[in-house]
Amino acid sequence: MASPQLEATRSTAPAAGGDTLLRVEDLCKHYPIRRGVFSRTVGSVRAVDGVSFDVRRGETLGLVGESGCGKTTLARAILRLTDVTSGRVTFDGVSVLDLGNEEMRRLRKRMQIIFQDPYGSLNPRLTVGSMIAEAIKIHRLAAGDAVRARVVELLDRVGIPAEYMNRYPHEFSGGQRQRIGIARALAVSPELVIADEPVSALDVSIQAQIINLLKDLQEALGLTYLFIAHDLGVVEYISDRVAVMYLGRIVELADAVDLYRDPKHPYTQALLSAVPSLDPGKRRSRILLPGDIPSPANVPKGCAFHTRCPQAMSICREQTPVFKEVAPGHRTACWLYDK
Amino acid sequence: MVRTYDASTMNTRDETRDATAQDTRTATEPLLDVRDLSVSFDTPDGRARAVDGVSFSIQPGETLGLVGESGCGKTVSALAIMRLVQTPPGRIDGGQIRFRGCDVLKLPEKEMRRIRGNEISMVFQEPMTSLNPVFTCGYQVEEAVLLHQKVSKREAAERTIEMLSLVKIPDPRRVAKSYPHQLSGGMRQRVMIAMALSCNPSLLVADEPTTALDVTIQAQIIDLLLSLQEQFGMAILMITHDLGVIAETCRRVVVMYAGKVMEITSVQDLFKDARHPYTMGLRESIPSFAPRGERLKVIPGKVPDPLDFPRGCRFSDRCKYAEYRCDNEDIQLREVGPNHWIRCWKDVQGG
Repeated sequence: MASPQLEATRSTAPAAGGDTLLRVEDLCKHYPIRRGVFSRTVGSVRAVDGVSFDVRRGETLGLVGESGCGKTTLARAILRLTDVTSGRVTFDGVSVLDLGNEEMRRLRKRMQIIFQDPYGSLNPRLTVGSMIAEAIKIHRLAAGDAVRARVVELLDRVGIPAEYMNRYPHEFSGGQRQRIGIARALAVSPELVIADEPVSALDVSIQAQIINLLKDLQEALGLTYLFIAHDLGVVEYISDRVAVMYLGRIVELADAVDLYRDPKHPYTQALLSAVPSLDPGKRRSRILLPGDIPSPANVPKGCAFHTRCPQAMSICREQTPVFKEVAPGHRTACWLYDK
Repeated sequence: MVRTYDASTMNTRDETRDATAQDTRTATEPLLDVRDLSVSFDTPDGRARAVDGVSFSIQPGETLGLVGESGCGKTVSALAIMRLVQTPPGRIDGGQIRFRGCDVLKLPEKEMRRIRGNEISMVFQEPMTSLNPVFTCGYQVEEAVLLHQKVSKREAAERTIEMLSLVKIPDPRRVAKSYPHQLSGGMRQRVMIAMALSCNPSLLVADEPTTALDVTIQAQIIDLLLSLQEQFGMAILMITHDLGVIAETCRRVVVMYAGKVMEITSVQDLFKDARHPYTMGLRESIPSFAPRGERLKVIPGKVPDPLDFPRGCRFSDRCKYAEYRCDNEDIQLREVGPNHWIRCWKDVQGG
């Protein structure tokens, strides 16, 4: 029983409302593997495999995990950019997966996404101004001169001089392009912004500028972020709560401070111990995980992590652990805490 | 008196400095001594001076970090050491690269081939693009062995399996028969390392060896490199933008910005007593150093265009301490502490 506990986990909810903006319940996205002349389905890639969590209004929920763990697929599934195999997504009380096209289009105004690669996600043939204006026009948020005024306002908000609005994406640096991506996402005044590795492609000094910008915007516009990244330092800094994913499942979710100070799941422990220490001479004692992440096409039985877990027990190989609360506001899926 | 920077004085001419400056490493000749290296590239819009007067040296068995952001010239410096800068459009404009005392830049190509891959080898960032997709991994390691060592095919094949197990690849015989696309990123990087170390080089140039890898795999690869270094005693030039990787692997660090060396220091000082405003800014922009809830300190602006570097200090337009002469006068590396050099008129921290 996951859902009653979702409410019970609220320990350090931000003062602003504290109500749930986005709820994801038991979401699955399996890609079929087809073989042979008749394209028979012979198996499936379980990219997202039963994920449940809440995002509260005004908070930043960090989502970390290594490549292939399903972070991006999860983001795309929430926004219905890909079809979902099963599960429920509720945005502000509306069941997203049941909406018709027209209703979905209207809802998209309220949830936007920022992509990792600012080179690949901007149309190279549109000027920055027309790209942002397009979003405003499609959703009929302004017309005539008001569109231009809004574009200028948005560019100003993200720190791009308004006179650059007639330039093309290739004329900007990586950091500026990411700012433009943010401006485009903000054009429709969304409530939820899913940021999919927004700073991973940027240099450290530019990364810091974008992180500050995202925080400023959140404060000014009351945005809610689902912040996906693999950089544990960035996620710790920006998030109120953090969820850790491994092979399509969330293995741990807690308040950011608690999660980094007292990780419960052996995978989280290993992940945190692998981050290079920024204190030379004081090397962290590492939990080196053996081997590679198994393929999501062939997820191990029981706990998906048992093949690499230093503390695996016999039950881990047999049964999938339940994702449940082990400390106030701290949930994990691990048999170690089932006593 | 301001001494100008000469890479070889770092550890060799110790009589010129006071007793506290004595380095624990003995006064041996550096393994690699790069002096005043300048590399530029022809572009349709003009000449880009990617590397401009870079000097540093590496002692035998030492790990030297080369850190900086994209486009600062760290990879080009490494390619110049290997003499792999593509000409044209690239050109080595000047400087010396002395490896065991002999100038690599003046060697005939045939001689160079004996050094490259044998004495100095390189591991690249992206193991997928640096391995040939149409040959098996085993074949590629074997090729490196056959090329550089006088061994029979069978011995080379044995050596290959030996190398693959040395880099802790489980089931090396199977991996030797696999093609690169059949392996994971971490495994491919291990194959690259096996290939680079197959001829027992005295210098390994590692260009962002863990950047494309996940953090748990990165930890595996760093541990592997360090344990292999302990075993074989090769020197490593560790090129990275990640200060965490630097902290874990290096003793000394060279910080580059816009084609110039900005600071050379010990890794302890890099984190505790950085003196160049760029290095300070770089460290402060890492979220892990910032208290939660506080804004990150940022370096404003962006890296200057290599076609049009500013006059004077190249960092001056982003530096909060910049004054008139920073924008107008060139500055040499100067010593501000034992084995600690900065390219800055003002020593903000040192007072």
